[in-house]
Amino acid sequence: MIKIENLTKFYGDFKAVDNISFTVNDGEILGFLGPNGAGKTTTLKMLTCFMPPSDGRIMFNNLDVNEHSMEIRKMIGYLPENAPLYEYMSVQEYLDYICDLREITGPKRKERLDKMIETCGLSRMIGKDIGDLSKGYRQRVGIAQAMIHEPEILILDEPTVGLDPNQIVEIRNLIKQVGEKKTVILSTHILSEVEATCNRVVIISSGEIVADGTTGSLQEKMAGQSTLTLEIKGNTAEMADVYSAIKGVEKILSVSSSGDSTSCIELGVKHGFDIREDVFRATVEKGWVIYEMRQHKTNLEEVFRQLTLNQGAVTQ
Amino acid sequence: MKKVIPIFRREIFAYFFSPMAYIVISVFLLLTGWFFTSDLFLADESSLRSVFSIIPFIFIFFAPAITMRLLSEERKSGTIELLVTMPITDMEIVIGKFLAGLGLLVVALVFTLPYALTILILGKPDMGMLVTGYLGLILMGASYISVGVFASTISKNQVVSFIIAFMIIFILFLINKFLLVMPPYLVPVLQYLSIDYHFANISRGVIDSRDLVYYLSLIVFMLSLAKLSLESRKWS
Repeated sequence: MIKIENLTKFYGDFKAVDNISFTVNDGEILGFLGPNGAGKTTTLKMLTCFMPPSDGRIMFNNLDVNEHSMEIRKMIGYLPENAPLYEYMSVQEYLDYICDLREITGPKRKERLDKMIETCGLSRMIGKDIGDLSKGYRQRVGIAQAMIHEPEILILDEPTVGLDPNQIVEIRNLIKQVGEKKTVILSTHILSEVEATCNRVVIISSGEIVADGTTGSLQEKMAGQSTLTLEIKGNTAEMADVYSAIKGVEKILSVSSSGDSTSCIELGVKHGFDIREDVFRATVEKGWVIYEMRQHKTNLEEVFRQLTLNQGAVTQ
Repeated sequence: MKKVIPIFRREIFAYFFSPMAYIVISVFLLLTGWFFTSDLFLADESSLRSVFSIIPFIFIFFAPAITMRLLSEERKSGTIELLVTMPITDMEIVIGKFLAGLGLLVVALVFTLPYALTILILGKPDMGMLVTGYLGLILMGASYISVGVFASTISKNQVVSFIIAFMIIFILFLINKFLLVMPPYLVPVLQYLSIDYHFANISRGVIDSRDLVYYLSLIVFMLSLAKLSLESRKWS
């Protein structure tokens, strides 16, 4: 079990990770989700003992990252962002080198190498220089490298970035397969990835956790929530006040002027409300004209957007 | 410390499976070969003095050229992140890289053995001076390499690493050339700090513990700095 308590990281004055806490249970595939620059990679770098936290604690079972770095590193398999590898080594040489560093020796070594080459589908590329491989194969070499010592915990930073759709499916299946026995933490900014592979998700935005739960619970929580998109001819400045006064409006998602005197406005609607009639009346009362009114259910993409968009702009 | 071996092996491999090693060794041999042959018969002396006196200068360029990629390249490509999250200490990484750089330098020196063989055939050189000359060159080279390893931890850019290493070595080399204009109480200190001064002692055939201590402490100091610099990622 991995316990993260009040984790904070400063880069100079910049607070990259702000007091986050969560736990990862054994055998869980945790999706670590957030927009670019949210602090995902920073958090993973602290988990993998690349750099220590500015504040807070990370415990692996009962080992603290600051005190038992070496033991923890042995437990972890890590694939950093963009799978950095040595260009001038062949796949075979590279995996041999990793075996040396991980002290995998004897008959075990051959067995693990063969297993990884098979699992990651590298048999055709084994003699090629890593620099000549496509992005997808490099990513596979990176994953093979991370799993070669049968780590209890696998940490993957954006494992499917830059892959083609077939490769993405393959890598996801691979991760699921590993996740049956091991703990996997994978970061991504792609939602469908979390839906497809993870059984739990932590969403982080500007260094803070904004959601934590199973993928199911998150969907459930947001299910029934809907948004209403309007195109109105009227006074843009007043619109936010007028519509947020309507009962059942959760928040104004966006207001944008779309030329002439028409504006587009997006309303977040609370669970179980149908506000279309009220919106119509409020608009007529103001003497404005409705050009368009469209209601649609929130999908996960929008949940993500709502949770991670700059809060100030959303709630105004 | 056994993790030093895979690091050392990988770096040596990286040198010899890229043009790097062949280019630097060729240039090195071209320069030393020219200095050896040009006055071999003119001076009519069976010693390698002219070669031994020019190699310290060549090393000023040679050592940074060998070491500049050792850590800069890892930092630039991001592989450093994987390396330092392996179960290996930062010191093991530094020592492995240092030994690999030193290894290449020793290989280059081995290729100068035919010069020694030539004068052995042609005359009767002082064997003691030959041996201590090579020992001195290796010690001096090792200290240059340690400076280079440190410089390589500083920047992602290999050219910057080269220049930093070159500057530090150059200052350590030149430091005893200005003794005349220095205040007298500084003279012994500056003289002791100079790489060249200690080499002069050894290449004369005198192995003094003070010179050995100097080189070894310089190496330990520089490698410790390199380790600190590698650790600096943890400081912010």
